[in-house]
Amino acid sequence: MEDTTREILERVEKLGKIDTLELAAELNVDHQKIVGAVKSIQSAGDIINCEQCTSKKWELTEEGKAVVENGSHEALVFNAVPVEGIAQADLMQSVPNAKIGFSKAMSGGWIMIDKKAEGGPRVFRKVESIEDLVQQSLIKLQNLQLDGITDQQKTDYKKRKLIQEVKINSFIVTKGRNFSLTISKQETDLTPEMLSSGSWKEHTFKPYNFEALGVLPDSGHLHPLLKIRAEYRQIFLEMGFSEMPTNNFIESSFWNFDALFQPQQHPARDAHDTFFISDPMYADETKLPADYVAKVKKVHSEGGYGSQGYRYDWKLEEGKKNILRTHTTAVSARMLYKLAQQEKFTPVKYFSIDRVFRNETLDATHLAEFHQIEGLVADYGLTLGDLMGVIKEFFKKLGIQKLRFKPAYNPYTEPSMEIFGYHPGLKKWVEIGNSGVFRPEMLLPMGLPDNVQVIAWGLSLERPTMIKYGIDNIRDLIGPKVNLQMVYNNPICRLDRH
Amino acid sequence: MPTVALERDLLYERLGQSYTEEEFDELCFEFGLELDEVTSENALIAKEQGADKAGTGSDKVIYKIEIPANRYDLLCVEGLVRGLLVFKEKMACPVYKKIPPTEGSTMQELTIRPSTAAIRPHCVAAVLRNITFTEASYKNFIDLQDKLHQNICRKRSLVAIGTHDLDTIEGPFVYDALPPEDIKFKPLNQTKEYTAVELMELYSTDSHLKHYLHIIKDSPVYPVIFDKNNVVLSMPPIINGEHSKITLSTKNVFIECTATDLTKAKVVLDTIVTMFSEYCQDQFTVEPAKVIQTDGSEVVYPDLNYRHEVVEVADINKKLGIKIKADAMASLLTRMCLKSKAIEKGARLIVEIPPTRADVIHACDIVEDVAIAYGYNNIKMTIPKTNCISQQFPLNKLTDLLRPEIAAAGFTEALTFSLCSKDDISDRLRKDISTIRAAHIANPKTLDFQVARTMLLPGILRTVASNRKMPLPLKLFEISDVVFKDDTTDTGTRNRRHFCAIHYNKFPGFEIIQGLLDRTMQLLEVPPGKGDTQYYIRAADDPTFFPGRCAEVIALGRCVGVLGVLHPEVIAKFDLNMPCAAMEIDLEAFL
Repeated sequence: MEDTTREILERVEKLGKIDTLELAAELNVDHQKIVGAVKSIQSAGDIINCEQCTSKKWELTEEGKAVVENGSHEALVFNAVPVEGIAQADLMQSVPNAKIGFSKAMSGGWIMIDKKAEGGPRVFRKVESIEDLVQQSLIKLQNLQLDGITDQQKTDYKKRKLIQEVKINSFIVTKGRNFSLTISKQETDLTPEMLSSGSWKEHTFKPYNFEALGVLPDSGHLHPLLKIRAEYRQIFLEMGFSEMPTNNFIESSFWNFDALFQPQQHPARDAHDTFFISDPMYADETKLPADYVAKVKKVHSEGGYGSQGYRYDWKLEEGKKNILRTHTTAVSARMLYKLAQQEKFTPVKYFSIDRVFRNETLDATHLAEFHQIEGLVADYGLTLGDLMGVIKEFFKKLGIQKLRFKPAYNPYTEPSMEIFGYHPGLKKWVEIGNSGVFRPEMLLPMGLPDNVQVIAWGLSLERPTMIKYGIDNIRDLIGPKVNLQMVYNNPICRLDRH
Repeated sequence: MPTVALERDLLYERLGQSYTEEEFDELCFEFGLELDEVTSENALIAKEQGADKAGTGSDKVIYKIEIPANRYDLLCVEGLVRGLLVFKEKMACPVYKKIPPTEGSTMQELTIRPSTAAIRPHCVAAVLRNITFTEASYKNFIDLQDKLHQNICRKRSLVAIGTHDLDTIEGPFVYDALPPEDIKFKPLNQTKEYTAVELMELYSTDSHLKHYLHIIKDSPVYPVIFDKNNVVLSMPPIINGEHSKITLSTKNVFIECTATDLTKAKVVLDTIVTMFSEYCQDQFTVEPAKVIQTDGSEVVYPDLNYRHEVVEVADINKKLGIKIKADAMASLLTRMCLKSKAIEKGARLIVEIPPTRADVIHACDIVEDVAIAYGYNNIKMTIPKTNCISQQFPLNKLTDLLRPEIAAAGFTEALTFSLCSKDDISDRLRKDISTIRAAHIANPKTLDFQVARTMLLPGILRTVASNRKMPLPLKLFEISDVVFKDDTTDTGTRNRRHFCAIHYNKFPGFEIIQGLLDRTMQLLEVPPGKGDTQYYIRAADDPTFFPGRCAEVIALGRCVGVLGVLHPEVIAKFDLNMPCAAMEIDLEAFL
């Protein structure tokens, strides 16, 4: 190896330029060995420049090599035919590849056959001697002496699978920027010994490959949806909203529906939409505030507080049914009731982000549980304009500038508005949330002062997250089928950047 | 939300104007409707029955429009067009009138028998005189009944509508409830008579009617309405009789609504008569009917009640954040079919709520209609002056402080479902479900939602099972709520915030999980030791863990959780094939 390396460097020094293929032929060594030496010099820095070139050459196949060794198939057949002739059947047994050899020898006019001979067809020599051109040509090809061999012959031999064309990658080697006849061994990296001995000054160092990626650190990762949850939480806190305790997945129908003036025949209370609990099936009615329950019953069944009511037979039995909460607004109702029990009303701003449950048919965008984001403000004299304004500030922090509002229906808010945001990517208005002013039939039975308005809005956490990360199937995001690679690769969450 | 499908060209013809799709979409948006889908009969056939069947219908454009769930007056093209025309000030809201029968004839009478109290106690009725149906309006009439049945009538359970050709029957009518074997009649679109018992059998396989049978099936008596000659009009809420069937040539329609909810029955009757009296010779008039109650009292229906509400102009302006004068506000409300007039020098409005607007039950509904007609997007946005100092919920604050620290310790966060199967929290963890204080779900659609989870571990193990192709080790954690039964709360249940972590690798790595516990305690400022302010672990038996490889975590003087190497059977039951160490602790002890 070292000899070859020196030979290459000396020749480059002397000639200025060498061709690895020529050098291999000249030194009569395997071309690959020369190439290996060139590569190793190349890796030692800018000592040489290499230019790759591709050439084609003819090479004998195993069958071709056999022909060079023993003669062509037809010559072998000819030689196997004695002057007195031979039975065709015996001839075919006597040499390898007899079938091809026979037909070539026949068409070359070297042999003939007497089909009517006694004891079956018999083969005789037609000429006395032959010249094995195929063997001679292949020998020339093997020695790279291409003169005198026609293209027709090459095509013919190729067809007979005696030769094949191969590509050879070779290099033209010239002097590099740091050309020298000796190569000092390169160090891969600094070591403590080099630092203490000072030997780093004498060494040259192997260059780094800056094209390659680094080694990722071993680390844990937060879940993408919960990173976004933290971001929403931060936005509410920035806006002065306090967090509601939403750690009660199971809720009574009373707080989830009745307190919100949602009638007991409302379709949302159907088993097709809501998960009911079989154990414990009912909430403990002694733990519900009795006077408030009586007021809720009255406003549903008879009205009051300026309302006609729904005028139906309200049943506590229905309100006691335990369910998995269908919205976090159940908690808002509990909080507003608690607020109303204070001696003196104080304005509040509340928010929550937590799980809610729907007994829905599951598909790529719907799960039986998802996160609801909710914000509310309770104060004297709040206006619909205030609601739209606070929603605008909220969405501004999410990077959504253009909003518009559509009239909608919701049993516990009036006016009610669907929130649409302009999505510059999709170039259309997309529904991004719901909002409204809580109805007096909800607030007044709680005991809140009648000039206190409560404005509120809500949205789901999953939907905007799926849009942000371009996730089509919600199961890739939440639940056991989550793709951990996606979790590992997920960036930090900056909601206001698009 | 209910949806109505309308032929676009007919809709525009009735509106007296064509719109581009964008313009119509905009109008819907402003009015609180949603143009949900633009399609055609053929497109719908292709979608429902396959592309080869398309071509049998028409190619006329159909608009599917979503209607707010409380606006029963917009569930048919008649009402929708009326609403939009009034909104665009192209027509005045019609005045609906009850006109008693002409002299010489008497009001139709219907008597409610006491036996109906056991199954469906209420009934209301009315007559539409001299009506002229076209093929289109006849279809709309049937469609509206269907939409009402599906929505306000709650799939016929609260109210069921029957409409009859009055000229084929003869009052007075009786609403009774009889044993099923005593009811026999020829039902709609059948050729022979059936008893009610036979009908229940017949319809048990009917794709449409089978959904309503349960409403009366197990009752000893079934509701039935018949006339003076014992001709059966209907067996509510299942089917009408063939005899009184309405046809295109029907001139006089008798409408009855039986109900368990009288308020809704009145709304349904009002809706039908206000919508379809448009086709009566004397437009927007209804002939009332007398219903004799079980106590002998008489009530005349339909209600067709015009209610009046007085509202403060200043109050509405204040609630919306706008400043408009009484007259302007009155004309906005009039555009919403709420005819209004300024009174007391413009300090107040008197608002008339017509029988079509059953959704208006409070002054706040009137406020909303002012806002809609004013245009939500014309209201100036303001920022509430409410000043508050925000507070985090302490449990969530603790959780959000810990999560990044656990991730920094090399564990990746999982997010799993709070509902799971019974097996996930019992059998697969080698535990007996009867020993677990889990809340059970009554009506799960699949096995995956039988209980609220009592541990985070099963969800995390499922996450590992779905990610077995990922390079080892897998180190996962979750901090989230589980639910237990608890008699001390009003619902009888309580959430607990748990912290679970696992190490899944070619070796169990008990020491790695124990190290995470030690790190967590360091973060929570709980030092090791056996005192009441410290923590330690002590050997324990737990069927989920491998014997001798399980310990309880004792912190601040009580057991807060468990850690150990999972039992090989648990590994197998979650379809895993590597050893795994896990811990699960209750964080609420550390608040």
